[in-house]
Amino acid sequence: MRYLVCVKQTPDTAELPKVKPEEAASGQLSIHLVVNPWDEHALEAALQMSENFGGEASAITVGNEGAIEALRSALAMGCKSATLVENSDADAWGVATLLAAAVQKMGDVTVLLTGQMTVDGNSGTVPVAIARKLGWPLITGVARVVEASEEAVVVERVSGQARHTVRVKPPVVLSVIKEIGEPRYPTFMNIRKAARVEIPVWKAEDLGVEVPPPVVHMSDFRKPPVRDARVQLFDGTPEEAASALLDALIAEKVL
Amino acid sequence: MDFAYTTEHEMVRDMVRDFAAKEVRPVIADYDREHKFPHFLLERMAELGLLGICIPVRYGGAGMDYISLGIVSEALEWADASVRETIAVHVALNSLAVFQWGTEEQKQRLLKPLATGEKIGCFGLTEPAAGSDVAAMRTTARRDGDDYILNGEKMWITLADVADYMLVFAKTDPEKRHRGITAFMLERGMPGLTTGTIENKMGVWASNTGWIAMNNVRVPKTNRIGQEGEGFKVAMSSLDNARMTVAAGAAGTIRAVMELSLKYAQERVTFGKKIAEHQLVQQMIAKMAMNYDIATLLWQRSAWLKNQGIRNTRETSQAKWFATEAAWEAASDAVQIHGAYGYSGEYEVERYLRNAKGAVIYEGTTQIHQLMQAAYALGWRQDKPLRCELPAYDPDYWQSE
Ligand SMILES: Cc1cc2nc3c(=O)[nH]c(=O)nc-3n(C[C@H](O)[C@H](O)[C@H](O)COP(=O)(O)OP(=O)(O)OC[C@H]3O[C@@H](n4cnc5c(N)ncnc54)[C@H](O)[C@@H]3O)c2cc1C
Repeated sequence: MRYLVCVKQTPDTAELPKVKPEEAASGQLSIHLVVNPWDEHALEAALQMSENFGGEASAITVGNEGAIEALRSALAMGCKSATLVENSDADAWGVATLLAAAVQKMGDVTVLLTGQMTVDGNSGTVPVAIARKLGWPLITGVARVVEASEEAVVVERVSGQARHTVRVKPPVVLSVIKEIGEPRYPTFMNIRKAARVEIPVWKAEDLGVEVPPPVVHMSDFRKPPVRDARVQLFDGTPEEAASALLDALIAEKVL
Repeated sequence: MDFAYTTEHEMVRDMVRDFAAKEVRPVIADYDREHKFPHFLLERMAELGLLGICIPVRYGGAGMDYISLGIVSEALEWADASVRETIAVHVALNSLAVFQWGTEEQKQRLLKPLATGEKIGCFGLTEPAAGSDVAAMRTTARRDGDDYILNGEKMWITLADVADYMLVFAKTDPEKRHRGITAFMLERGMPGLTTGTIENKMGVWASNTGWIAMNNVRVPKTNRIGQEGEGFKVAMSSLDNARMTVAAGAAGTIRAVMELSLKYAQERVTFGKKIAEHQLVQQMIAKMAMNYDIATLLWQRSAWLKNQGIRNTRETSQAKWFATEAAWEAASDAVQIHGAYGYSGEYEVERYLRNAKGAVIYEGTTQIHQLMQAAYALGWRQDKPLRCELPAYDPDYWQSE
């Protein structure tokens, strides 16, 4: 059984505010890039599954050469192998096309896992598109994997206030949420292995697909206007402070 | 020349910084305030392999290099110096001493449980009346058949009340100064061995600092580290190893207080502008940025020399002297930038300031390093080869079972 995790290299959330609109438009980011935090939960899920139900966890990404770093992080966490699909201009549909083709080429994937969304694109459409491309069932909002075998995959998913237990016959695409578990730290043994592993690089030609032209066009990139928030503390006894607060709220026409 | 980290180093850095940010920084202020030692962190660091980071896999370690040891120190002190001190003492002062000077039997028996974190180590050199002047120590070790009988007291010992294995130094020949000192590994539980904690320290409240008292402690010969009379060299070479971690840690302090200062300076407004726009504030920030880089380059050089197996006493002393003074200055400036708020326990900068003062005292005071540097420059001091040098890092040896 192979659990294949789709990971994307994205900006470190702490550094997101530093991204300039031009960089976002061109995709040439000058900041520290990491594994998309949501995908780290998907990696954790796959590693747990391999520990609990047998099978092997692997990682795959679509990106440029630099995205190999994200794959090394996945290997350092414990994935046994990783693959880079080289491409830097596909949109979500194009990425899904490449990933689906790679999954077909591998031929032995039982469960394909993804994070809920990415911290840069935020669309959450890739898992849906891959499932569509592969014709596999898709389960979103996966919070726990109860069972996994070639015959059946049973998961708990969260939807609003509800919790469903869903059983499907694999192969299947799972998009997981944070509740699946805190991503583990890499171990030093895996770090050493990860630094050395040869990571195969596939191109669209190798997969026998053409990357569809983007269906989504970003016409403009802007930062949201900075909000000028002000904090005011009122001193004095509770009565004085409350009265000063009331005056201020009236003056600001909040009340 | 190559100033870049390898992929492995980057992954180690990301991992430990992540750990420091997620599991150490959020809780350490409370432990500090309550003067409590965070025992759970020892367990976590053991699980992650940090307690044996640069010890070969065959001896239970993680098999990484000395640069990784520095990276870990920098990342942990960014959270709090107390946690980095654990690495300095347990890994560099105790475990590496066994690795460098111990027999194969000692490496199997003592180093393995240290590297896995099953046992915790400390280092007892200082005494109530002998700090910088190591040779003035009064602890004695008298030979008795196949054992030694130790008597004396060690003071200011990090992890004294926590450690299982204590590397202590005692005079086997009290007539002699340096040449009369021998190193021994004491094990908690040996009759006559007691420890206690020192209260009322200025800083590192989340660390344990204490005393070790030896009252006719019988130590088997098999626990002697190095030869009789070789203790001073064992101690100084261990300090060479640990001072690199202190320097790297100090860089972590600078990084932490600089981050806090950058944030505050861009929020606080005086005279109609953010204080970051006042040039005198900028001067303090500029100094932090520059000193972070200098401290980093200095500890990295020291670690690189260790990897190569090149003697580095001079370079390591420079790194320790510079980095700890720079961290103390940076922490003080950070408090200054925060104004009265920096002077209060509500902001973290005062904790870094209190912690930073310790590091210009332990592992050789600033003055001792200045004397050493002058002696090197004047040509009065040359390092002679040691009987047991710290082995150069060889990934194949370190990583094979
Ligand atoms: C938090 C903390 C943790 C510590 N942990 C450990 C530990 O784990 N193990 C351990 O063995 N020790 C430890 N120490 C002790 C530390 O190593 C000593 O405090 C240090 O070596 C200085 O010794 P001292 O305090 O006796 O000062 P002294 O040696 O008495 O020095 C007092 C002052 O005189 C100056 N001075 C001394 N000699 C000279 C000279 N020749 N020329 C110019 N100036 C001089 C010093 O620089 C200093 O300013 C720790 C100390 C602290 C504060």
